Amino acid sequence: MSARLALGPVFFNWDAEAWRDFYFRIADEAPVDVVYIGEVVCSKRLPLLAPHLEPVMQRLRRAGKEVALSSLALIANEREAVAMRGLCDGGALVEANDMGLARRLAGRPHVLGPFVNIYNESTLAYFARNGALRACLPPELPAASIERMAAGTPIELEVLVFGRLPLAISARCFHARVHDLHKDACQFACGQDPNGLPVETLDHEPFLAINGTQVLSHACCALLGELGWLGRAGIVVFRLSPMAIEMPAVARIYRDVTDGRLDPDEALAMLRETAPDFVFANGFIHGTEGRAFERAALPGGE
Amino acid sequence: MMELVCPAGTPAAFRAAVEAGADAVYVGFRDETNARNFPGLNFSVPELKEAIGLAHGLRRKVFVAINTFPRAGEEALWHRALAAAEDLGADAVILADIGLLDHAARRHPKLRLHLSVQAAASHADAIRIYVEEFRVRRVVLPRVLTVPEIAALNARIAVETEVFAFGGMCPMAEGRCSLSSYVTGQSPNMSGVCSPASHVRYERRQGALVSLLGGSVINKFDPDEAAGYPTLCKGRFVAGAAGGYLFEEPVSLNAGPILRDLETAGVRALKIEGRQRGRAYVTAVVAAFRKLIDELERTGDAPSDLVHALGRLAEGQQGTTGAFGRAWR
Repeated sequence: MSARLALGPVFFNWDAEAWRDFYFRIADEAPVDVVYIGEVVCSKRLPLLAPHLEPVMQRLRRAGKEVALSSLALIANEREAVAMRGLCDGGALVEANDMGLARRLAGRPHVLGPFVNIYNESTLAYFARNGALRACLPPELPAASIERMAAGTPIELEVLVFGRLPLAISARCFHARVHDLHKDACQFACGQDPNGLPVETLDHEPFLAINGTQVLSHACCALLGELGWLGRAGIVVFRLSPMAIEMPAVARIYRDVTDGRLDPDEALAMLRETAPDFVFANGFIHGTEGRAFERAALPGGE
Repeated sequence: MMELVCPAGTPAAFRAAVEAGADAVYVGFRDETNARNFPGLNFSVPELKEAIGLAHGLRRKVFVAINTFPRAGEEALWHRALAAAEDLGADAVILADIGLLDHAARRHPKLRLHLSVQAAASHADAIRIYVEEFRVRRVVLPRVLTVPEIAALNARIAVETEVFAFGGMCPMAEGRCSLSSYVTGQSPNMSGVCSPASHVRYERRQGALVSLLGGSVINKFDPDEAAGYPTLCKGRFVAGAAGGYLFEEPVSLNAGPILRDLETAGVRALKIEGRQRGRAYVTAVVAAFRKLIDELERTGDAPSDLVHALGRLAEGQQGTTGAFGRAWR
């Protein structure tokens, strides 16, 4: 069976209608098998998306996609915990990005998101016993860890292969801080930056991106030459993390590579045309700094 | 009375912490099993044996931090650290990884388990999983909660909580941060280091001192400015029209002014950060907290002169109550 493609949740605060229309297009045009939707970064954004969740889920399901609801990555108070309990009890497949949800979902199929720390076989074994169907591994894992964990786990493993990398989450809102606003009266300043607000060093070297309480990489993760290795290692789902670019086109590029119709080098050139404003990185899987772009093949690869 | 939990990166600092009035001292083995894996720091097995002997002789406790996330295929190193901690008579181990907690609960059922701040268990549902599945007896709360949130949380859970009260602080949720590995290849979770010294460089440029991490500028200091270590999230950056300390100022946490609030919120233990600190610092901070806690117990209040004295020990002379106060967000 060829690898499946997944679309991760949108991290950014897109206008709610634009968010809905994005998924309608994904349903119609993007060759992805799994779609994760929902708010991961900030609980203040939850009500903005709420009215559109059901129509988006229906549209995606009608298009034959498996749909999962992603949880918040950081739950800091009872109000957020209650919202997440509601998410778990709604009957849909849930991607848990926090341990508290994993407990509530025990015994029924669920997905563990990239914000749950799964670094080794014992942790994976625990979640397998807990009833997890699939786990999206943390982005900072090197190939050696991925290979080791994929060997002999009953859980499906997923790896993030495209998009700005989620690097940190805080109780503090950096968008509010940059705009000199208080988090409680943030005016949703994050809504102005559909790919996050670029952060540069004092030398004006592009460095990171801010998205509300989240910090992302400046570079866009792009694993293409590594897909074959990942497939052979036992990774069955490849995740594309949405950006405000032509995501259906990105999905088609990845689909063509996983189906063997497109050479990874050609695919990279096409990806550069699709995302001209971004530099690419693949360092984490190569065991080096995440922002690096390595041309060398992974050990054991072609 | 709240328990005072103090750091020691060397046998000398350990003795200093005990002499200055620590109720418990936390330490790590000299390898990547602990989150302060710095050169020249931490304990060999014989050193820890001696330290535990010293502490137990004075009826103080020793906690061993085994709080990084074991690397796939190499979990045995972390398992050996657990077994060694139990053999040496540690009063508790401080763990973060689910797989390691699971292993400890099965193989070391008598060993007391504390949940590390690196697990970032920030709400009741998450904490209950660690308590019910792995019999965790104390949870070190992530530095993302306000005091009222801590009080509400303590009312909902049946396990001791410990909070960081002084020292370096992360603006990010702990155990969920890959900023360091994005820039240097080494992370707190996997290598036990953040912004490692091996990747730090200082340059002089037109009179200014520039600090770099992994070749990227983290800060620039004017000649009359005190230069600091280039911890990634505490550098100066530019975003849109804004510039400066975008994530966090180079401040240090000082909960001295709100100790009574923390006690009222049901906090069982206060933790001082700083296993990388020398014995003079450890002595000064631990002694100050000892006095504060004792005064709080005796009079129900923390004297302001003691709080001020503590403030002077804070990094960069600037203290913050951090996420304990809502305005920080």
